[in-house]
Amino acid sequence: MTKARTNASASPAVGRNMVINGAMNVAQRATSVTGLGATLSKYHTVDRFPISVSTSGRLTMTQTADGPNGISANCTKFDCTTADTSIAAGEYFLFRQPFEGQNLQRIGKGVAGAQQITISFYVKANAAFTFGCELEDKDNNRNITILFDTTTDWVRKVITIPADVDDGSSPFDDDNAESLRLNIWLHAGSTYTSGTLGTSWYNRVDANRAVGIDSFFSSTDNNFFITGVQMEVGPVATEFEQEDISTTLQKCQRYFETGKAGATGNHPTADTGFFGGVVHYKVDKRAAATLAQSGQSYRELENDTIYLGSVGQQYALNVVNGFAHDAIHDGANCKYIFTYTADAEL
Amino acid sequence: MENNMNITSAQYQAEVEGVDVPIAFAIIATIDGQELSVPLDPANRHYAEIQRQVEAGTLTIAAAD
Repeated sequence: MTKARTNASASPAVGRNMVINGAMNVAQRATSVTGLGATLSKYHTVDRFPISVSTSGRLTMTQTADGPNGISANCTKFDCTTADTSIAAGEYFLFRQPFEGQNLQRIGKGVAGAQQITISFYVKANAAFTFGCELEDKDNNRNITILFDTTTDWVRKVITIPADVDDGSSPFDDDNAESLRLNIWLHAGSTYTSGTLGTSWYNRVDANRAVGIDSFFSSTDNNFFITGVQMEVGPVATEFEQEDISTTLQKCQRYFETGKAGATGNHPTADTGFFGGVVHYKVDKRAAATLAQSGQSYRELENDTIYLGSVGQQYALNVVNGFAHDAIHDGANCKYIFTYTADAEL
Repeated sequence: MENNMNITSAQYQAEVEGVDVPIAFAIIATIDGQELSVPLDPANRHYAEIQRQVEAGTLTIAAAD
């Protein structure tokens, strides 16, 4: 008599990691951007992980082929290129991921029965630093920060966040708007460090958000690496959930995609009129996307202009599953191509 | 440190040819040095930031040509 083999995995569930692109494998925009540090919040390299930064220091952000064996071959690397040792009060530098509320309902936050959350990630740096891992509830202005240390080797950090019932009637909104941020604090001025670190859920006070962290910008020797980011329900950090690249890319494309588009016209006379086409997105977007174009190549176009989000300027089309483009031809055998980006990030 | 963006220009884009009443359908904005077509969707972060800056009195959206 034979017996079916028992599945030895203690955590077989697929989709338990709420973080998208935690292995840092997808970078649709670029793989390296230099000179970052002026005030902005923006997506630069790896998808779904923008930075918020305001400092006189500068850094280079790259998707780097390095990672803990068996977890990921890629990571995000920050390299300090200009130090900032005179930290102004309002300075900050955070690496973060924002989440839609409708993807967080499993947590049950803000009501009876709320669940614990466990965050895990792999980090290393050029030296020993103390940085902060924060959850920021955007719907209810509640935060919690836990400090972690770095070494020069890849080490997995595990942080279990207590359940937050709050007032019992403050759940995450069940919609496509931003409800939560996972923030990694790497630099902060006194605006964010002059209070008492909020190590349990509290109503947001900026002064309590990053107390006790070191500064990534203390020296141009500094670098910081992170990958294998996971956030899951419960008190246990399960093994980092591996995901095929096509699945991760599709998840990222809900928020951002790039591609090529174009149109061709063949008009027997050189009169002017509109011609164009429609782009159907690879993945429906979270919301109507901000459109940009680059790399235009064309012939016989009036005004040398390609219009996005319109057809003949009479039928505006920019919706969650695509957009229209057109141009005014100025002769026979007119055509154009361009590269588009569609941004529906949080 | 919200979604702070450097918005240096913003102008409505409207349907003007072949329609009786022009209807704005996008804002052409220069954000962080890049020209973007921003849909009039409150869930779009660029549109939300434009609205925030307009309400704060730091940005004016020009009328369509």
